[in-house]
Amino acid sequence: MTGAGPAALLRARGITKAFGAVVALDALDLDIAPGEFFALLGGSGSGKSTLLRIIAGFEAPDAGRVLLDGADIVATPPWARPINMMFQSYALFPHLSVADNVAYGLRRGGVAKAEAARRVADALAMVGLAGLDRRRPHQLSGGQQQRVALARSLVMRPRLLLLDEPLGALDAGLRERTGFELRALQRQTGAAFVMVTHDQEEALALADRVAVLDGGRVAQVGSPRAIYERPASRFVARFLGAANVFEGRAMGGGFDSAVAGITFAGAIGGDSLAVAIRPERIRIAPGASGANSATGIVEDTAFRGDDTLLVLRLSGAATLRVLHAEQDGAPPARGDTVTVGWDAADVVALAS
Amino acid sequence: MRRGRFTGAAMAAGFVFLWLPILLLVGYAFSADRIPFQWGGFSLRWFAALAGNERIVEAAGLSLRIAAGAATLAVLLGGAAGWALARFGRFRGRALFGMLIGAPLVLPEVVTGLSLLLVFVALEGATGWPQGRGALTVLLAHATLGAAFVAVVVQARLAETDRSLEEAAMDLGATPFTAFRTITLPLIAPALGAGWLLAFTLSLDDVVIASFVSGPAGTTLPMALFAMLRRGLTPEVNALGAVVVLGVGAMLALATLLLRPRPRGE
Repeated sequence: MTGAGPAALLRARGITKAFGAVVALDALDLDIAPGEFFALLGGSGSGKSTLLRIIAGFEAPDAGRVLLDGADIVATPPWARPINMMFQSYALFPHLSVADNVAYGLRRGGVAKAEAARRVADALAMVGLAGLDRRRPHQLSGGQQQRVALARSLVMRPRLLLLDEPLGALDAGLRERTGFELRALQRQTGAAFVMVTHDQEEALALADRVAVLDGGRVAQVGSPRAIYERPASRFVARFLGAANVFEGRAMGGGFDSAVAGITFAGAIGGDSLAVAIRPERIRIAPGASGANSATGIVEDTAFRGDDTLLVLRLSGAATLRVLHAEQDGAPPARGDTVTVGWDAADVVALAS
Repeated sequence: MRRGRFTGAAMAAGFVFLWLPILLLVGYAFSADRIPFQWGGFSLRWFAALAGNERIVEAAGLSLRIAAGAATLAVLLGGAAGWALARFGRFRGRALFGMLIGAPLVLPEVVTGLSLLLVFVALEGATGWPQGRGALTVLLAHATLGAAFVAVVVQARLAETDRSLEEAAMDLGATPFTAFRTITLPLIAPALGAGWLLAFTLSLDDVVIASFVSGPAGTTLPMALFAMLRRGLTPEVNALGAVVVLGVGAMLALATLLLRPRPRGE
């Protein structure tokens, strides 16, 4: 794992948790460095939310240790952990004003009134909600509620802030802006942020490092660019950016996919089980033939603004997803026969 | 929805069916005539007679005290039961517990009354408490009945209250008890208030269970009313009925107000 040496803020070791017969987390290991923005990315049932709840203290693992600054905190109840969480539903207290919501944790911690009032005002100003302190949560928009929840957590000055789908309940237009603001707040406070999300774009855009979770284990962890360009497994390749993944046989420095009728060339090890090629790395190449090319009939097209997604039906049962950029001219129409090609450097060999 | 003539007529018929008898009773309470169903001009004489009837006033006082005590006990017991049903997850015997809590809602009052009487007699035989039957046994019996209603109301309120609110409070440093006191309790307070009023009203209304578990010193208002009726219908009974209808009506209106849906911001 990169970026989390001996100075890790939080270490999870062998975390296992089952709900009845369903295994949510399976001997999971994870390191979070101080001050980093970390994303736990996975589909439903990947265990990402359970892991967050174990770090926060709302669930106890069946086995394994959670170390904060080297000390095991599994037995520490949530109210005694120096970790705060922003809930997916925001969980704002409906009977308290915005200011009282933000002051709640300070009051529990015995912070003096004047000091608490100052910190509440600072926190509300930091999230751009100055002047709304007398409102009740139901009088705020979704975006404003999200900021109150953020301010309520950040006012505690946690070293580790957990965020459960922080952008999940926001309108599409608000997400990008809020994402940038989250990053800015993270840099400003110096706290480590651990975000759970099912949205790969969100994870890649915001995080310093991303862990892709699958079936209660970490499938891959690394920088967004590293896991996107060098997925370690078929699951990660398919999950991130919906790459085309073909199974087959490695032979003589190349890779043969019988089902697609394609031969791949590139840096392919002898132990490769599959290869991946991203839709945006494939271009229309009339006349291409041999390795790293394919011919198919356009089965479907979807206009997406700056590009068009083409689904090519290959000779066999396989399909190939191709992103055709607008600047490359008019895309082919349904029913056209198209030949495409790609660079050997863009072929990713997958050993698991 | 289109409101046709038929819907309007059906609604009017329903209201007449439900409320005409009660309106008649309240109306005749203000009649000066000695015969309880004959109009003899407007008068408050029967209310005055009622206020001068020592037995009735005494029974009313006892009933109010029993109702207040029973409602308070019901809120404590029923509130805890509703909390357990809504928040303890799927504990062993949860379905059975829920059914048993709700049983007094559907069980015939005769059965509830008789079984409570058996319990009180057996308990007195074994421990000497409660000594005899009277106001205390009526209070305990009514608390049992009221607790069922409170449990249902509180459970419903908790079910619509986001559980992560309590978790958020704990995440911010509150112990479970502090989280309950500062977050959960204020949120379910209206349900507890409404449950108290329902239990109070139930206790004030009940005659069947009270007849079983009461003794010589425990004549509640409905029991006194029944005793009066046995000696013949008098306009005083109308007047008493009118007072009870208005009192209970006010309670129920207040309970409905407390249970109205919360404003939603989402």
